[in-house]
Amino acid sequence: MEGVGFNAYPLRTTAALRFRDGVAIRITGDTYPLARTQEARSMHGRDLFREGTLERYEDDPKFAGKMGMDGHIPPNISLYTHPELTSKEQWGMAVDLNTCMGCNACVVACQAENNVPVVGKEQVRKNRDMAWIRIDRYFAGEPEDPEMLAQPVMCQHCENAPCETVCPVNATVHSEDGLNLMAYNRCIGTRYCANNCPWKVRRFNYFDYNARPTTELYWGPLAKKGMADSLKMSKNPNVTVRMRGVMEKCTFCIQRIEEAKISRLVEAGPTDKNKVPVREFKVACQQACPSDSLVFGNINDPESRVARLRNGDRGYVMLKYLNTAPRVTYLARIKNPNPKIPGADQVGQANGAPHGAGHGEEPAEAHGAEAAQGRPAGHDEKTHSAEEVHH
Amino acid sequence: MADASAARPSADLTPDEQAVIRPPLVLNQRKMGWIANYVSSIVEDKTPVWWWACLVPCLLLTGVLGFCIVYLISTGVGVWGNNHPVGWAWDITNFVFWIGIGHAGTLISAILFLTRQKWRTSINRAAEAMTLFAVICAAIYPGLHVGRVWMAWFLAPVPNANGIWQNFRSPLLWDVFAVSTYFTVSVLFWYTGLIPDLATLRDRAKTKIKKFFYGTLALGWRGGNRQWRHYEMAYLLLAGLSTPLVLSVHSVVSFDFATSVIPGWHTTIFPPYFVAGAIFGGFAMVLTIMIPACAIYKPLHDLVTVSHVDKMCKVIVFTGSIVGYAYIMELFMAWYSANPFEKAAFWYRAFGPFWWAYWSMMFCNVIAPQIFWFKYFRTHLVWVWIICQFPNMGMWYERFVIIATTLSRDFTPSAWAQFHPTWVDIWMFIGTFGLFFTLFLIFIRFLPMICMFEVKAVLPEADPHHGENHG
Repeated sequence: MEGVGFNAYPLRTTAALRFRDGVAIRITGDTYPLARTQEARSMHGRDLFREGTLERYEDDPKFAGKMGMDGHIPPNISLYTHPELTSKEQWGMAVDLNTCMGCNACVVACQAENNVPVVGKEQVRKNRDMAWIRIDRYFAGEPEDPEMLAQPVMCQHCENAPCETVCPVNATVHSEDGLNLMAYNRCIGTRYCANNCPWKVRRFNYFDYNARPTTELYWGPLAKKGMADSLKMSKNPNVTVRMRGVMEKCTFCIQRIEEAKISRLVEAGPTDKNKVPVREFKVACQQACPSDSLVFGNINDPESRVARLRNGDRGYVMLKYLNTAPRVTYLARIKNPNPKIPGADQVGQANGAPHGAGHGEEPAEAHGAEAAQGRPAGHDEKTHSAEEVHH
Repeated sequence: MADASAARPSADLTPDEQAVIRPPLVLNQRKMGWIANYVSSIVEDKTPVWWWACLVPCLLLTGVLGFCIVYLISTGVGVWGNNHPVGWAWDITNFVFWIGIGHAGTLISAILFLTRQKWRTSINRAAEAMTLFAVICAAIYPGLHVGRVWMAWFLAPVPNANGIWQNFRSPLLWDVFAVSTYFTVSVLFWYTGLIPDLATLRDRAKTKIKKFFYGTLALGWRGGNRQWRHYEMAYLLLAGLSTPLVLSVHSVVSFDFATSVIPGWHTTIFPPYFVAGAIFGGFAMVLTIMIPACAIYKPLHDLVTVSHVDKMCKVIVFTGSIVGYAYIMELFMAWYSANPFEKAAFWYRAFGPFWWAYWSMMFCNVIAPQIFWFKYFRTHLVWVWIICQFPNMGMWYERFVIIATTLSRDFTPSAWAQFHPTWVDIWMFIGTFGLFFTLFLIFIRFLPMICMFEVKAVLPEADPHHGENHG
């Protein structure tokens, strides 16, 4: 059913509250295009999500920071000059992959907090979902019994942000407290920033999602204009509602940051504001996370939880070799499988076996193995094409 | 000035001289008067039926383009197929395609002028006009692909109340300046070269309207000695200005990709490879429209000779081979770099979901033009026209492969997605062809298609020394 999905509820009547018999499933031969936000199944050997076994962790607690290309990065310099990060507070986030279970609560919380538009099934099928934070889902291990890897990905607030250098009109710039900002009023929507984002976290308003009904997006000026009052009331008054043609992305809940900074000013009164700490606050995704996997705070304060996690053993950043200096740190997942359970040898092996000690001596071979991972496995390609036919 | 040897009857030449003699640039011993009469007659005669028959469909397609543009601006970029990983698709593909075509004209007029290649005289006018029309078609896309077209003036360094200046680190901004400079200089260059011929048309005009029209455009040209001196200097300077632009425009266009971090885009080979590709595609398009034009106005074959076509085919096979070298070098570097992202990007180009575009590109740009090594195919116009369609198609595929294929699968597999064009994508592209040919048809009807005064200067009669016979 278009728009609302399918309802299996009528099958469950008061006569059969919990179980219903006499129901059969048969293949109709019809196809139905699924609306989903991710098609890829594997990480394609890219070590974006990192995990290891407890054994590996005990062997080398900092193994996560050395995986993949990270062990081979030459000293990197930036061609560009960057704005100085002068503020006392430098915002950052740590994402603990150990505790994240991929429940999507952060995604929904962000949607509510940041007025992220609901675009409808049709637009999701066209890969135009607007979520500012998404759960990347990869599978690893045997296809019959795969392990699932869930990784929340939002704007990484890179200190050397690739998106900032390419915007022709300076609509995306850096703040002194390390935020990658979007000036919606300045944005003309070239989409160059989104193309140059290695994480692909930028979201473009292909239509006037906030002002037109999702069923009439293609009607142009003939569509009903404006938002129902009930919808208006659902919007967060502290966050701009974006119009069509502008780019948007995670702001690290800048409205909450500013609120905290303003209340610090109030608290400080006539005294020096820098001597008063910014009071504790949480960003929306962090607030909603049931397993406390998302930790936001001031990375400049070595005592803060985020700074401790960031500099801890398990911390790593995605795509480190690009030298973008992300402000989001991921904490590798550590597994401790009971060796007696079936398939225990597959657990914690999403990134393959450590290529460990012989590394210095035999770099050529090690590289070869990585390169092979870079290519899609034959199996994955096949399932892909089957999906495309289905579309 | 003219080829000295061409003026002398070959019987007078020594065997050595005969061995190096250059073929005459104008065949059938056409005289100056014939050139002026014939080229002007194309403009002055009654509008032929074929012209209307071609113009009407082209105008209709231009109308379709206009409709698509209105729909796009009023509704949103979403009417195209662009999506989240693929932020640029047919829009920028078509932009680079058209801007590439717009390279041949200025190359022929400026670089061949500075290098004293006299064969350019009979093709430069039409080729340059084609350049301008191609740049107009190209300019539609960067202008309209933005989400908020009405705010596109933010790209201009105009002082504004926000106090925000442009970001001069952005290659997209360089692009704006490169393309607008190129267009401005090309228009000036083309128009300067038109003035003496416009005066000829003015002098021959019989109706008041035509007298006024051509009289205004001729800017009071009388053909005086001082005017010619100024003209020659101006033309030389503009040729000098245009020459670096021919090389810079497409280099800057390639920077849009080369300065990014995306595997498959982040490549230093792009500027020379893009320029070679642009000349390759541009020459193919010149031949695509010149061959039919000369087939309609058959006596033009005395001015645009088989030897011209032959030379242009040689340029095509040369630049096509450079492009082929670049493709292979890209693959080599992807392997040699040992960068898994780079390797994967090229693997997906060749064997991923868009493999058909990659191999079409390879066949059309690298393999098909190699047939021009054979003289037969360079000198038989029907063959030339057919073979030229391969570079025309291939260069579009090249841009599509570079832009859409690369974006659809870059660093983060979770974000990967396919691109599917919509009817607006397709009709806008077809519509730009309508606009291009509409402009070209108007051009051949109202302006001299061949640079009359320059062709006259390559006639043997134009050489006061009569091939050194005066001694």
